[in-house]
Amino acid sequence: MKRFFDAELETFRSQLILMGETAIEQVRTAIQALVEAKTGLAEQVIAADDRLDRLEVEIDNEAVRYMNLRAPIASELRLVIVGMKASHDLERVGDEATSIAKRAIKLSAEPPLKPYIDIPRMVSMALEMLRDALDCFLQVDEAKAVAVCKRDAEVDNLNRQLYRELTSFMIERPETISRAIELMFISKSIERIADHATNIAEEMIYLSQGKDVRHTEEVKKDGKPLA
Amino acid sequence: MADLSQAKPVVTRPVASAPPMAPRTPAAIAKEPMEVAFDISGFSLWYGANQALFDVGIQIPARAVTAIIGPSGCGKSTFLRALNRMHELTPGTRIAGRLRLFGEDLYAAAVDPAVVRRRVGMVFQKSNPFPTMSIAENVLVGLRLNGVNDRALLRQRLEESLRMAALWDEVKDILGRPGSSLSGGQQQRLCIARALAVQPEVLLMDEPCSALDPLATAKIEELINDLRASFTVIIVTHNMQQAARVSNRTAFFYLGRLVEYDETSTIFMNPSNPQTEAYVAGRFG
Amino acid sequence: MTTPSQFQPTARRHAWRKFTSGAMAGLMLVCAVAVMAPIFLVLFFLVREGASSLDWSFFTQLPKPSGELGGGMANAIVGTFTLLAMAAAIGVPVGVMGGVYLAEYGSDRANSWIRFTADVLNGVPSIVWGMVVYGLLVVPFKTFSAYAGGVALGFMMIPLVMRTTEEVLVLVPQGYREAALALGIPRWKTITVIVVRTALKGIVTGILIAMARVAGETAPLLFTALGNNFWSHRLSEPISALPLQIFTYATSAYDDWHRQAWAGALVLMGMILSLNILVRVLSRDRSFK
Repeated sequence: MKRFFDAELETFRSQLILMGETAIEQVRTAIQALVEAKTGLAEQVIAADDRLDRLEVEIDNEAVRYMNLRAPIASELRLVIVGMKASHDLERVGDEATSIAKRAIKLSAEPPLKPYIDIPRMVSMALEMLRDALDCFLQVDEAKAVAVCKRDAEVDNLNRQLYRELTSFMIERPETISRAIELMFISKSIERIADHATNIAEEMIYLSQGKDVRHTEEVKKDGKPLA
Repeated sequence: MADLSQAKPVVTRPVASAPPMAPRTPAAIAKEPMEVAFDISGFSLWYGANQALFDVGIQIPARAVTAIIGPSGCGKSTFLRALNRMHELTPGTRIAGRLRLFGEDLYAAAVDPAVVRRRVGMVFQKSNPFPTMSIAENVLVGLRLNGVNDRALLRQRLEESLRMAALWDEVKDILGRPGSSLSGGQQQRLCIARALAVQPEVLLMDEPCSALDPLATAKIEELINDLRASFTVIIVTHNMQQAARVSNRTAFFYLGRLVEYDETSTIFMNPSNPQTEAYVAGRFG
Repeated sequence: MTTPSQFQPTARRHAWRKFTSGAMAGLMLVCAVAVMAPIFLVLFFLVREGASSLDWSFFTQLPKPSGELGGGMANAIVGTFTLLAMAAAIGVPVGVMGGVYLAEYGSDRANSWIRFTADVLNGVPSIVWGMVVYGLLVVPFKTFSAYAGGVALGFMMIPLVMRTTEEVLVLVPQGYREAALALGIPRWKTITVIVVRTALKGIVTGILIAMARVAGETAPLLFTALGNNFWSHRLSEPISALPLQIFTYATSAYDDWHRQAWAGALVLMGMILSLNILVRVLSRDRSFK
C-alpha cells in the first residue's frame, strides 16, 4: 500500500539521479576543457566539485535517516544501501573529473601531442555506461546493467591501446614525456570512471534481485552471458 | 548497558533552541518555528500513595505529532490521561504542577473536566463504538449529547468527520448500520471520526493500533499523518517503528520520569541518553 | 519418586480408564436430564387436568357461587395483571435506579452494605413480606386492598431488579464510559444515554424475570390483596389474583372448582412460561457480552 513517506524514497532517488547527472556533466566539461584547451572550463569543473561532495553527504544522511526511522522493507533497504554506495562511486567520478580538469590546465600551456580522438571516444563510452547504470535507479533493467559490466572491457582495451601508443611517443620523442604522462593519467581516470559505472551497475543487479554479482563470472569480461 | 535503576539525567532540550535537523522530508519541514500546545512543568501524579509521574516538564508542539514511548508501567498512559483529566475516573488520584493548554490552566478550579475533554479528545487502545448506535449516531453522539440539534450542521459534521478519518468512502452508503458491524480497523477510524466530530484542538491516542493488523495499522498511520496539518496529536505507542514513522517529536518515559524529549530523528538516531538509545532499538523494555 | 511405568498404562488399564470415563459422562447426562424432567411432569399434569376446563368463558366470566357449574376466573386474571403492574411501578424504578447507583456511583464500602442488604431481602420468605405489608397497609387502613398486594409484590421485586440491573451494568465495558466521557459528555448523560442504553436489554430481562418470579406468589397476597369473586373497581378494595383463586378453589370441596383450579394453574404457568420465553428471546443477542 502507498505510504505517506514513500515520497521520501522518491526524493532519495531523484537526489541520486541529480548527483549522477552532475557527475556526468563534470566529466564532460573536463574533457571539453582538455580538447578545446579552455582553462576557464577546467576551473569551473574544479570549483563545482563541492556540489558532488555535498550531495554525497546529503544522500548518506538521508539513507541513514530512512533506515533509522522508516523500518525499510527489504527492497527499500537495498535501494538505500545501493544509493549510499552509488553516491560514493559518483563522488569518486567527480574526483576523476577534477583530476582531468587539473591536467587539462597543465596541458593547455603546450600544443597538443596528437589530435584527441581516442580520449573522447573512451569518455563517451564511459559516460554512456554510467548513464545506463544510473537509469536502473529509475527503471530496473537487469540486462542493461549486465551489459554495462561487460562493456568495461572495451574501455580497458582502449586504455591499454592508448597506453602503448603514448609509450611509443615517449620512446621516440623524449620531449613529449611530460605531456604523454598527463594523457596517460587522464586515460587512467577515464578507465576508473568506467570502473565506477561498473560498480554501480553491479549494485543495480543487487538492487533488483538481492543477488550479489560482484567478482563473479557473470559480469567478468570473458564470462558467459547471463542465462 | 546502562544501569536502568538510575533513570537519571532528564534531558529536555528547550523547544525554541531545538537543533536544526537535516530537514528534507515534508514531515520535518512543517515543524519550526512552532506554537506550543501543552506547556507542562513540574507535573507529578499520584494514585493514592503511589507516585506515577515525577516532576514532568515538557512542551508539546501544536499541529504536530508527538509520540510518547516507554516500557509498560513507565507512566506514559497515565501522562496521556492526565492531559484531558481522564485519570480522574480512577478514585484517589492527585496531581501537582502546572499543565497548560494554549496558555490556559486545565486544572484550575473553575475548569469543568467535561469542557477539557471536549477540547482534548481521546482515542483508545481498543476500538469502542457504542454498540447500540449506528455509524452515523456514533459519529454524532458527542455533538448531540452536548446539545447540538441543527440537522444541517449535524449532517455536515458527519461527512466532514468521516472524511477526516478516511472512512467516508467506505461507509457513506451504510451510515445506518451498527458501528459494531465494521471491521476492527474501520471501527478504530470510526472512533477517530467520533472524537473529531466535536472539533477538539488536541487528539490523544492511547496505543490506537495495538489491536489492529498491519494493514489497518498502516491506514491509521496515514490518517495520523493527515491530521498533523490541523490537529495536535499525541500518541502513546509500544511500536517504535510507528513512533519513528509518524511523529515529529518523541518523549521517552521511564519509571514515571521523562528521560528524554527531542525531535524524533534525534531520539532515534542520536539520543543523549543511553537508555533511550537501547529502548528505541528494542534492547530493553 | 514415581516410576515411569505409572505414566504408561497397560492396555488393560487403558480400557478401564475409558470405561470409567464413559460411565461418569453417562451418569452426568442422566442427572442433567433429571433436571429437565420436572418441568415436563408439571406441564403434563397441568394440561391433562386443566385443559378440559379451559374455554372462552374461563377467561370472560366471573366465578360462579359454589354448587353452580361453569363460570371463570376473569377477575383473577385481570387482578394478576393489575397487581403485576402496580408491583412493577414500585419495583422497576426503585430497583433500576438502585442498581445504577450500585454500578456507577456507590463507594465500595456503601455498595457492599447495599448488596448485602439486597441479598438478605431476596432471601426473605414471601409470607413474611405479606405479614409486613399487612402490618403496614392493611391494619392502619382497616381493609385488604389491591394497593397492599401491589406493594408487597413490588417490595419483593426491588432487590431482584436491583441486583440484575447492577450485574448487567457492570458488564458494560469500561471503554464505553471512557469513550463517552472523553467526548465531553457529562457523567449523568453518559450513564443514562450510553451505559443504560447499552445494557437496556439486560435490564428489561431482569425486570421480566422478577415479574415472572412474583407473578406466581400466593403467600404475600393472602394477607394483603385477599382475593374476591367479583370485579374490583377500586384499588383500595381487595382484588383477586390467579394464585389466590387457585388456592381457594384447590382447597375447596367441589370437583368443579378443583377442575377450575387446574385450569387456573395452567393459565398461570402459561403466563410465566411466556415471560421466560420472552426473556430468552430478548437475551439472545446481548451485543456487549
